[in-house]
Amino acid sequence: MPMSANEIETMIKAGLPGSEVEMTDLAGDGDHWAAKVVAPQFAGKSRVQQHKMVYESLGGKMGGVLHALQLTTAVPTS
Amino acid sequence: MSDANSRITDVVTSNDVVLFMKGTPLFPQCGFSSKAVAILEHCGVGFESVDVLQDMEVRQGIKAYSDWPTIPQLYVKGEFVGGSDIMMEMFEAGELQTMMDEKKVAKA
Repeated sequence: MPMSANEIETMIKAGLPGSEVEMTDLAGDGDHWAAKVVAPQFAGKSRVQQHKMVYESLGGKMGGVLHALQLTTAVPTS
Repeated sequence: MSDANSRITDVVTSNDVVLFMKGTPLFPQCGFSSKAVAILEHCGVGFESVDVLQDMEVRQGIKAYSDWPTIPQLYVKGEFVGGSDIMMEMFEAGELQTMMDEKKVAKA
């Protein structure tokens, strides 16, 4: 069963407290998502490290049940 | 070292730019792989591609190799750069071209 936007967002926010997550349904089928994640924890990390932090918060679902998540990460600008 | 692991090490160390993808550059089998190929072609660099759909051991092995859960995966001079989203971000920021120049990657 595909993951809902709400489910994905909740997991990312639990893994990265204080983050902001913006979900977009890319294909309109509830199965192809884009997530924009802005998190203070990303400061000083490389892009690969930032994406890995999001994948970790998704608890191994990325690449499996969640096969299509287009990810953009950023550090909050104050 | 497993057989798949040694094959991966061999291909990423003997080519400047390697893209692990689903399908081939001419016939990509997923949108993310297609995007990754388009980005590399825009950069004008030559690259080796590995179709993970033809090799189940590499398909699993590459995820452990980089500790990265998805395909495509880009390697430059043996170093893991990222998946298609990171490639797109870097390309749009001009960073991918800069990296290719700095690492003295051969043009296509």
